[in-house]
Amino acid sequence: MAVVFQKPHALTDAVLHYCPGCPHGIIHRLVAEAIDHLGIEGEAIGVAPVGCAVMAYDYFNCDMIEAAHGRAPATATGIKRCRPDNIVFTYQGDGDLASIGMAETVHAAARNENITVIFVNNAIYGMTGGQMAPTSLPGQVTQTSPYGRDVNHCGWPIRVCEMLATLEGPEYVHRVAVNNVKNVKAAGKAIQKAFRNQMDRKGFSLVEVVSACPTNWGMTPQKALEWVESDMIPYYPLGVYKDRSAAKEGESK
Amino acid sequence: MKTTQILIAGFGGQGILFAGKFLAYKGLLEDLQVSWLPSYGPEMRGGTANCNVILSDDPVGSPIITDPDVLIAMNLPSLQKYVDAVVPGGQIYVDSTLIGEKVERADVEVYCIPATQMANDAGVPTLANMVMMGHVLKNNPELTFDGTEATVARLVPPAKAQLVELNMKALQAGRDYEG
Amino acid sequence: MAERVLMKGNEAIAEAAIRAGCRHYFGYPITPQTEVAAYMAKKMPRIGGVFLQAESEIASINMVYGAAAAGFRVMTSSSSPGISLKSEGLSYIAGSDVPAFVVNVQRGGPGLGGIQPSQSDYFQSTKGGGHGDYRNIVLAPASVQEMASLTVRGFNLADKYRMTAMILADGTIGQMMEPITFEDAQVETCDKPWALTGTGMQRRHNIVNSLYLQPDELERKNFERYERYRTVEENEVLYEAYRMEDAEICVVAFGIASRVAKNAVAKARQEGIKAGLIRPITLWPFPSSALRQAADQVKAFVSVELNMGQMIEDIRLAIECTRPVSLCCRVGGMIPSPDQVLASIQAAAGCRDGRLPEGQMTSPAQKGVN
Repeated sequence: MAVVFQKPHALTDAVLHYCPGCPHGIIHRLVAEAIDHLGIEGEAIGVAPVGCAVMAYDYFNCDMIEAAHGRAPATATGIKRCRPDNIVFTYQGDGDLASIGMAETVHAAARNENITVIFVNNAIYGMTGGQMAPTSLPGQVTQTSPYGRDVNHCGWPIRVCEMLATLEGPEYVHRVAVNNVKNVKAAGKAIQKAFRNQMDRKGFSLVEVVSACPTNWGMTPQKALEWVESDMIPYYPLGVYKDRSAAKEGESK
Repeated sequence: MKTTQILIAGFGGQGILFAGKFLAYKGLLEDLQVSWLPSYGPEMRGGTANCNVILSDDPVGSPIITDPDVLIAMNLPSLQKYVDAVVPGGQIYVDSTLIGEKVERADVEVYCIPATQMANDAGVPTLANMVMMGHVLKNNPELTFDGTEATVARLVPPAKAQLVELNMKALQAGRDYEG
Repeated sequence: MAERVLMKGNEAIAEAAIRAGCRHYFGYPITPQTEVAAYMAKKMPRIGGVFLQAESEIASINMVYGAAAAGFRVMTSSSSPGISLKSEGLSYIAGSDVPAFVVNVQRGGPGLGGIQPSQSDYFQSTKGGGHGDYRNIVLAPASVQEMASLTVRGFNLADKYRMTAMILADGTIGQMMEPITFEDAQVETCDKPWALTGTGMQRRHNIVNSLYLQPDELERKNFERYERYRTVEENEVLYEAYRMEDAEICVVAFGIASRVAKNAVAKARQEGIKAGLIRPITLWPFPSSALRQAADQVKAFVSVELNMGQMIEDIRLAIECTRPVSLCCRVGGMIPSPDQVLASIQAAAGCRDGRLPEGQMTSPAQKGVN
């Protein structure tokens, strides 16, 4: 019998704990597909965050470590500096990467640390039950912004890709989304490139994945994906923000 | 058993720590037990600096000197601060170019040496500290002048080997001073 | 015999670490330990090692966590405020059972405190420091030579017991120079089948983790860890006894304070007071049984510390309060003189039947700062 569809090898058989309609499953799959496609499961070492993906270490078949909140890029740095031939990646959410771990993110990028960072931006703290994130949109209602995010009171959401692209350091900074088939396919390609860059020793590659959180947004999965299109993407435009190698090639042409 | 506790004090930039290192290495090369303890922190940058050097036949206990056998004062505040701490029968060395005040103690040996002036005259204006050290070696029976060049050579980075000669010039001037 | 060289305590740690097989250092500048980083920055690139100045103490300890999990001998060094920042990482390292080597060249606190020597991180280092139930092996060198030898030992112990070994030094020992000889380092390595090496598609994936959401599982992990700690307590206690054979007053002091205390004990002996010194070299595990034995022999204990009285609690616990224990301390970067310690010994010697004369040495606040 011909196999037409199966679970990537880089994913374990563990049942994901994510809420119904949560795109983390899709993003895990995209990461695992990239690992399978590039044949790097045996060398891969993943760093799980604190947040919804905290138990990612159970889901990927490669060696895994659980980092402290926000510190995944530092932990990944430690691993990569010891084992430069392994493929080291982090999988982090917005609170982890863009709030408590902003220093680690920025400095790993500035060092052009040869790691791959998967950054899932769903504009909310999911694991703790829906508090305001550094990427929550202006006016967005969360448990800790019950009247809507008031930018005069607690500031503006941070656009991570735009910010990192101002640095000399990073090799590749790309924002994608997983709210429809076309975007999911593009996201898969970007993630694969982010791993490929590491194999080619090109340096720090971050893919921001604009995602959804139906549970904490208080929406149906369908509505949540619509909100990604109507509200998230306009604030967080998709696209390549930095691709040093491509830029160099462009120059030489 | 003999233990000599030497306190060197002055301004940051006078080479206080370097002078202490010189004595410590001198002791090391004479197979003595040695400790060298610097003041550290902002003092190093222009404030007061001091350095505790202990030379002993036996393992050094506390490296912190409270009652020095030898005080080398390179400025007035240092002399004023430590003059009374020196043990009776001890030695006090004073850079008399910078310190006009007399040492009012009859129970210690006082050596006044115009080290800064002598260093200037000898063309090594930054090495008043080593002029003082030369005089310390002359008057301290625990340490001899022999092996001084080897000691200095240990202190100076290979890339700055020309400094050995200049340091020796300062040390010899201090040794030869008849005050 | 190897050549005697003069070296700062901080540099001795760095050189010894390299000799112990450490090729990865992650740090952040802070006085008075910066010479460790400077030495590593110079040496590591020349021997194929890695020196990396992190963006913060927090990042550096998490780099250590990653490198340790990858199975490598790794270290960081800092001073008191920096160790506070590293404490979260130390907790994760403990909870994940990976070996790390950490140096604290203490300065006065709390807060930004000062930069002069102190021993006021005794509680922080010996009781854990970060959150959760855990211990660090805490080594307290009293000389530049011990800065080196305990560094090698620390790396060995960390690997053997899969936990953090910490050097608890202070600004004096870090900054001072003494002659030191580097004998061949006794490097004891062990297999690390748990390390993150990549599966090579040959084995099940390794997971380095401190998260256990099931309470019974987390309890079991803690129990297992404390079994290991018990082995450490049984096998790894180190202390020095000085003139304790016939001692009636037992001075207890570690690190730089022990050197002042030693001078004071010698002075007390000259006065005919039978004083001795027990110097804990491991602060955890604490030499409790040595002190318990001493309690059968001596009339009183004097704890000499550069803090407001921290180790004194462990002394009292060790001897089950069967003898009076007084405190002789200076803080904030001040160091007691041998005469101050001598005065404390004299006062302790004046006690009869294990009771202090009235009005003497009642509280640290009264007794300590004079």
